[in-house]
Amino acid sequence: MRLPRKLLAIGLGTAVLVALNQVFEHGFGNFQINPYYARIINLIGINVTLAVSLNLINGLAGQFSIGHAGFMAVGGYTATYFTVYHGQALAALAGSTLNDAVGGSLAMVVSLTLGASAAALAGLVVGIPSLRLRGDYLAIVTLGFSEIIRVLILNIPAVGGATGFTDAIPITNFFWIFAMAMVTIVVVRNIATSTFGHALATIRGDEIAAEAMGINTTRHKVLAFVISAALAGVAGGLSGQLFANPLNPQNLNFVKSIEVIVMIVLGGIGSITGATVGATILTVLPEALRSFDRQFPGLRMVVYALLLILMMIFRPQGLLGRWELTWSWLGSRLWRRPAAGPAGTAGLDR
Amino acid sequence: MGSGAHSRRPRRTSRIGVLLVVAILAVASACERRQGAASDSGGEIVIGMYGSLTGDGASFGQSSKEGTELAVEEINAAGGLLGGRKFKLLIEDDQSKPEEASNAVTKLISQDRVVAVLGEVASRRSLAAAPIAQRFQVPMITPSSTNERVTEVGDYIFRVCFIDPFQGEVLAKFAFNDLKATKVAVLKDIQQDYSVGLTDSIVSHFKALGGEVLDPVSYTSGDSDFKAILTQVRSQKPDAVFVTGYYPEAAIITRQARELGMTMPMLGGDGWVGDALKNGREALKNTYISNHYSGDNPDPLVQTFRKSYRARFTREPDSIAALAYDAVKLLADAMTRAGSTEGPKVRDALAKADLPGVTGQLKMNAKRNVDKPAVIQEVTFVDGDVKFVYKATINPG
Amino acid sequence: METFFQQLINGLSLGAIYALIALGYTMVYGVLRLINFAHGDVYMLGAFAGYFLANALQLDANPSVVGTIAVTIGSMAICAGIGVLIERFAYRPVRHHSRLTSLITAIGVSLLLEYGGQVVFGATPRFFPQMIRSRIYSFGGVQITNQSLLIIVVAVIVMFGLEFVVHRTKIGKAMRATSFNLSVAKLMGINTDFVIAFTFALGSALAAAGGVMVALAIPRIDPLMGLMTGLKAFVAAVLGGIGNIPGAMVGGVLIGLMETWLGATAYSTYRDAVAFSVLILILLFRPAGILGTATIEKV
Repeated sequence: MRLPRKLLAIGLGTAVLVALNQVFEHGFGNFQINPYYARIINLIGINVTLAVSLNLINGLAGQFSIGHAGFMAVGGYTATYFTVYHGQALAALAGSTLNDAVGGSLAMVVSLTLGASAAALAGLVVGIPSLRLRGDYLAIVTLGFSEIIRVLILNIPAVGGATGFTDAIPITNFFWIFAMAMVTIVVVRNIATSTFGHALATIRGDEIAAEAMGINTTRHKVLAFVISAALAGVAGGLSGQLFANPLNPQNLNFVKSIEVIVMIVLGGIGSITGATVGATILTVLPEALRSFDRQFPGLRMVVYALLLILMMIFRPQGLLGRWELTWSWLGSRLWRRPAAGPAGTAGLDR
Repeated sequence: MGSGAHSRRPRRTSRIGVLLVVAILAVASACERRQGAASDSGGEIVIGMYGSLTGDGASFGQSSKEGTELAVEEINAAGGLLGGRKFKLLIEDDQSKPEEASNAVTKLISQDRVVAVLGEVASRRSLAAAPIAQRFQVPMITPSSTNERVTEVGDYIFRVCFIDPFQGEVLAKFAFNDLKATKVAVLKDIQQDYSVGLTDSIVSHFKALGGEVLDPVSYTSGDSDFKAILTQVRSQKPDAVFVTGYYPEAAIITRQARELGMTMPMLGGDGWVGDALKNGREALKNTYISNHYSGDNPDPLVQTFRKSYRARFTREPDSIAALAYDAVKLLADAMTRAGSTEGPKVRDALAKADLPGVTGQLKMNAKRNVDKPAVIQEVTFVDGDVKFVYKATINPG
Repeated sequence: METFFQQLINGLSLGAIYALIALGYTMVYGVLRLINFAHGDVYMLGAFAGYFLANALQLDANPSVVGTIAVTIGSMAICAGIGVLIERFAYRPVRHHSRLTSLITAIGVSLLLEYGGQVVFGATPRFFPQMIRSRIYSFGGVQITNQSLLIIVVAVIVMFGLEFVVHRTKIGKAMRATSFNLSVAKLMGINTDFVIAFTFALGSALAAAGGVMVALAIPRIDPLMGLMTGLKAFVAAVLGGIGNIPGAMVGGVLIGLMETWLGATAYSTYRDAVAFSVLILILLFRPAGILGTATIEKV
């Protein structure tokens, strides 16, 4: 795409988000956002970021990581720590405070950058040794790593320990959540269609053959891992600094990582659209099922587990498989014109 | 590979565009007419309770649910309040997760439009959800969160239990003065903020009394083997050992301590109160706890409560249930005095509360906590069950 | 000095628990190359099965050795059955799919057992009846309970028993053949489906025995008890060399000792992290494990 058009697209997108954010936070004339729905929408955005970033390593590269919660924790705690202890100072540099848009955005940008970097570093530390190993071992190592992170955080009083990081300053808002969700989608999509992404797909197909063809599999896998971790860190930073949503080491554990996996498995491992759909469904469903949950407490998680198993047996490719939503597909559906190219099955394979 | 590849430009914006559209739709559909605070329109008084009915806090969640339900039923059966209006209690589960607690409270306040919120047992979940109640000016009463910071969130947040620092003082005093311990060890549950807070409090108070506290040793809830840390503690020969976590681990820790030949007194806080403490069996001999509530307190208020609870739920109420019960009574009393269910008025009435509760006199102080004495109970294992025997009352200050 | 020996005993007892569970893990992995995440939860089910059996036999009021043996065997039988069912309905349909699919399925089964357990048994921990009266033996300041001794003895017996089965019996030979190459084993006339089912049954029975033994010593049981212990047992299996039976024993004991010694230091809160740190180190420097043999992956 030409540069001016790209800039136009970005500008337009940003403008829309800012407008939406205004409605979200402050309402519109006589209308306001129902706070409950608002919270759910925000959570969807964060989960989309988590799911799509995990998809990069689990779906595209075909590696099995169950440590996503660990990277979310590293990034989240780093970001929140920065804002809590240095945020005001930073905002003051810009002649503002954390409560207004300028100061808050500045803190958001800096804290997310720090969070992403810390998570990326963690990804490097975990990735380099373990990506030499076979699938199942990587799974266990990533799991172990996220548990180690959890134990470490429990022992740091400065970030709240078991109480959770309740000192967090709520600078996250709709704009940032969805801006980051879109950035994540763009990044992963760009990777998918690049040479790098094709190499990853090759590695997913047959790692030994890929190595034999000259692809440095370890380097590729590590890079994908690091990017995925960084994005998870961003999600963590957004989540921890959302109003009334403190980070808590107990909940950034194995179960959380599994929940993200269920999102992409449901939607279709290897499809960005699938990850988005999965994330949305799995954020909304538990809330929608509250009355069911009240009648049959605990059954919700049982349903999750059954879903996982049945999906693997009957439809391992998930709801959408590797299918991606594209304009051309929409175009062919909406205006019934012949599709410009082979839509539908065009996925990350290309 | 498909044909026509060269006729398509990379669809970089495809998903962004779609996501934008979806976002716009979502925001639009979530709009509603701007509403003020829930106004008092007569009819049922809708209140909400959030608790951990599933997950690792399920045992406490269940107890607090039962205490709350009992109180609501009693009040409604007696004719309700504010001229015959009855309570309608909505209960939401938070699966023992702080984020879910926030979801639950947001829903209760903005969807169900409750006029007051009850919950939670665990401080970390109360801390997560309290800002929401504060922001929407809905009074929140926590029955048993003991971390100081919960009521510091804002003037709409109240509690009916005492706070960690006080429990720590009570336990330290008892150990030092009554048990004559001069050197003590502490085992804390690093995963529970209740335990961490109580430990800090015990340590500082015991030292202030002139005693020696060995470095606290940590374990995690869910652990089942404590021999390693107990052996270490044993080698330092303390006069008494504090176990500041919850009852599942307390039961096993006391057993394993006795198995290692450690016969010194062991002490804990109200977290020890729970059915599974039975696990401790004979090991519970020579252990003590500080508690809000004593089943063998002859006060008729307490005995009536016990009888009703036993009749309704076929088991002995624990202190969590008793506190939850008191929280509802506190709320009803405040609403009656305020003559309204409106947030600001109820808040003001709560701030001046002073009524007798099952767990002691509920007199609200300036920090929205109650000043009431704690009891020390000796834990005994009789006829296959745990019985708490009243030992002493320690007053605040 | 007595503290050192006490910690040694503590570590051995803890390690024996991990070893018992690790043995089952290592067997299933050896034959199927599948990390059966649900193994730790079968251990939990074994404890619960034992709980219900023991209560049915009213062993709390009348402790007896015979009753204990009956309960253990009963629990083992029940869990063997459960293991076979899991294999048949969850793992077999995905056996020929990718490894990742099997892994996710295993996680699904594990979650199902855990949360299903919470629904069926309730989330509140229960206490296991005392089937054998607890007795403490002490030598020179070092204390050990009869239950801990029992666990160690049982673990050792089980290890030798398994070795015998795997190396000296026909079914064991069939298991080893299947583990080398499933298709060829089939061609040789081995009923691989049966062999796999048998492996699962055996592994699950071992986990159940572990569950009952542990519940005897540490009477608190709850549906989530298998999660952490199972994971650490898996680490133990990897440490000793996955697929290697004596390795599982060695790995289990080592992890138990390491955790105990760390528990004795100021860093006790990091105990949980020990197992996983060990795992990462082992995979870095000796992926085959202590007693394992490095396998070359054929193209």
